[in-house]
Amino acid sequence: MRIALFVTCLADTMFPEAAKATVRLLERLGHEVVFPAGQTCCGQMHVNTGYQRDAVPLVRRHVRVFDPYDVIVAPSGSCVGSVRHQHAMVARRGGDERLAGRAESVAGRTYELSELLVDVLGVTDVGAFFPHRVTYHPTCHSLRLLRVGDRPVRLLRAVRGLDLIELPDADQCCGFGGTFAVKNADTSTAMLADKMRHVLSTGAEVCTAGDSSCLMHIGGGLSRMRAGVRTVHLAEVLASTAQGESATDHRGLVVRW
Amino acid sequence: MVTRTFLGIPATAPAGVGHLRGEESFPVAARRALGDAQLRRNLGHATTTIRAKSAGVIAEVPDWQALRAAGSAIKTDVLARLPELLEQLEARVTAAGGVVHWAADANEANAIVVDLVRATGSDRVIKVKSMVTQEIGLNEALEAAGIAPVETDLAELIVQLGEDRPSHILVPAIHRNRAEIREIFLRAMPGVDPGLTDEPVVLAAAARRFLRQTFLSTSVAVSGANFAVAQTGTLAVVESEGNGRMCLTLPQTLITVMGVEKVVPTWRDLEVFLQLLPRASTGERMNPYTSMWTGVTPGDGPQAFHLVLLDNGRSAVLADEVGRQALHCIRCSACLNVCPVYERTGGHAYGSVYPGPIGAVLSPQLTGVADNASLPYASSLCGACYDACPVKINIPELLVHLRDQVPHPRGESAAMAAAAYAMDHPALYAAAQRAARLSRLTGRRGRGLPPPLSGWTASRDLPEAPAETFRQWWAKR
Amino acid sequence: MVGEAVSSREVILSRLRAAASDGAGAPVPVPRDYRREGTVDLDLLVRRLTDYRAHVHRVPEAAVADTVAGILPASATVVVPPGLPSAWLPQTVTALPDDGLDNQQIAAADGVVTAAAVAIAETGTVVLDGSPDQGRRVLTLLPDLHICVVRAAQVVAGVPQALTRLAPHRPLTWISGPSATSDIELNRVEGVHGPRTLHLILLP
Repeated sequence: MRIALFVTCLADTMFPEAAKATVRLLERLGHEVVFPAGQTCCGQMHVNTGYQRDAVPLVRRHVRVFDPYDVIVAPSGSCVGSVRHQHAMVARRGGDERLAGRAESVAGRTYELSELLVDVLGVTDVGAFFPHRVTYHPTCHSLRLLRVGDRPVRLLRAVRGLDLIELPDADQCCGFGGTFAVKNADTSTAMLADKMRHVLSTGAEVCTAGDSSCLMHIGGGLSRMRAGVRTVHLAEVLASTAQGESATDHRGLVVRW
Repeated sequence: MVTRTFLGIPATAPAGVGHLRGEESFPVAARRALGDAQLRRNLGHATTTIRAKSAGVIAEVPDWQALRAAGSAIKTDVLARLPELLEQLEARVTAAGGVVHWAADANEANAIVVDLVRATGSDRVIKVKSMVTQEIGLNEALEAAGIAPVETDLAELIVQLGEDRPSHILVPAIHRNRAEIREIFLRAMPGVDPGLTDEPVVLAAAARRFLRQTFLSTSVAVSGANFAVAQTGTLAVVESEGNGRMCLTLPQTLITVMGVEKVVPTWRDLEVFLQLLPRASTGERMNPYTSMWTGVTPGDGPQAFHLVLLDNGRSAVLADEVGRQALHCIRCSACLNVCPVYERTGGHAYGSVYPGPIGAVLSPQLTGVADNASLPYASSLCGACYDACPVKINIPELLVHLRDQVPHPRGESAAMAAAAYAMDHPALYAAAQRAARLSRLTGRRGRGLPPPLSGWTASRDLPEAPAETFRQWWAKR
Repeated sequence: MVGEAVSSREVILSRLRAAASDGAGAPVPVPRDYRREGTVDLDLLVRRLTDYRAHVHRVPEAAVADTVAGILPASATVVVPPGLPSAWLPQTVTALPDDGLDNQQIAAADGVVTAAAVAIAETGTVVLDGSPDQGRRVLTLLPDLHICVVRAAQVVAGVPQALTRLAPHRPLTWISGPSATSDIELNRVEGVHGPRTLHLILLP
């Protein structure tokens, strides 16, 4: 299958390993990955901070860039959530009904990574090898906006060598919330503290999730407290094989397995 | 005096009266609340308890989602034809011996109630817990007129005796634990047994003794309403302790103040809300007491009944096609109980009597967003509130909608516009990505960044930017 | 510009009309896919009532007076609504028929015995509607103990079925267990202003 990668601005700029892992994983499964040039950002930050009008050209760009593709994947529940739940609304409020229609069409072909693997490609065992104690944080937008359900956990359970440990109060927000983390830094930090406490209580070496943004938040906190727990994107876990492919943790340190 | 000039222009709630506006922004008030370890413990304990209870009784009903869908649709229907339903309600209540008053705002509602109480000659009223009378600051208006309002709900009594402010829609004293409640009672409850313990049963019994004579000797009561049925003129109050029954049964005069959005079209509609409300609210299959009355019943209960229908900003909320769904709210407080922000800051940080996620979307709409500009940002948009809402108010959608209306700081607007411009010009965007790598120069893990980024780095490290972006890597493949 | 003074009623109604002018006015269809039928399960009613600390007695009608005698001590004073079947009261108690009792008299009584209009199995609720065998609302409010006699035929499965049996113009009191509060740390504790003890006598 030919799959267009919607890399997301955060993964592109700060966490390219998650995007590279997505490419490696899909190619390993026998699919062709293309990277449509001209893509930048879905505009979620603008919309969620109260700048919908500024987001209109970004939605237009996104729709124009991705409209030619039948299947689109992003390694981010949050950005897929934006495409699915915000793009048409932003276009409509911006007075562009035609764009709204096209945005809905693109949204219908856009999948978060675990959705693509399980629902479209029909695989739960991707042949990965990751010999570590791992706990999974479901992230709010994957959980409640996309309803990815247990798809990521089914994928993780099929990874050889992986010891999956349930995260207590997993459905609780980590406190990131985009600009919330800055505008309400104290509350965000209080939420993060509880999330980190639960992560540490699992004794896991790795905390994984389907969103680099939440991992950046959790990882930033764990790094500050020098907790020794790495945050690794789900794509990187699934891309790892016994042949020794690498994964980075979200402090930017490349870790060789 | 309202003149015809202003007819038909939906109006927000006036400032200077009532409790819809806080004195500080949410982040400032939240910071103080977060520093109160006792408050954090009390809130964490209470919200964890209620979440488990509510989830248990919701799981018992197989048709919960169908009930939510019905509740939501009924409320949409109500908002589509409010004037017609209110006129029908007025006609039915009047026919049943009640008197209907219309109050355009808080000041007018307070004046109506004060006049009605004065006409009875009473210098005291007993009150059933009601959000709307808190919203309009009725107690202050009554006190200014020399009339003593006595809150009879246990939590409201705790707040009133503690000279405190309510912090939760359902349990206004949720921020107090049993030991603190005991101290408040010992300090401020006249005639209390000095040997009072902090057992909840003992504390409840103390309230029973304290209020019993007041119930029996007060001739006027003020209540809110959970539902008003247009078809029949029936009012409903849902409660637990029996203080509601006391107020609705014993006095000669009953004054009920309700927001106009509380009307429901038909008697049958109660079958939906009486299932949704208790399970979402207190986590019970049914609350201990629900009272329903239609006008006046000769020989049973108050022989004078006044219904005050209040706008106070609701018409302005209704005027916003997206925002109006906040008027679906049945005040169950489920969204507060599941909100990770509310759980950590408590209700006072929101400034308004309507705290939590619903408060963050309702208060700014009632007052106009400029007066509560920080509230739409008091959420991480995690979406737990939407899932919990028994009438399916899409609170995250509303928060985002209101953020778009908030007056933005000039620097932020400029930065956002610049970012959007760059993101729409891939060459500029790539240059900006390369510039992001300069963050390596800002000090270890981003510490030392200026505001607002310092809000991040106070407690979290920033990742180091990678040596190359994904698109650089892709181009080399 | 000063216009003619108008009533707040007119102001509010015109504001609301203006606010909902975007195609509003047409009734919105309400999906009623929830359960509106159901089989009555008397055991469920008993479990629900017991769960909320009500005491339940399942006896034949002939045994009501003995059951009441077993609940109330000898010579207890009992408020009695005007239409209550006299056979339900034991000789051991002193009846206070409500022929216009004042509130202090009612509050001083040891208990009250009433019938009910409807009971709801799923929620453990009894509903009083002010009929002669239930009396004025105050009768079941001030005494600290309430004995409520319900016939099996009055029990319905759920809330929708209860509403179809009730007359909206009557003063209605829905009772689900004794008076309680969740105001202290959100835990339900029994006993605030209403009757602290509730007995339900369920007849076949």
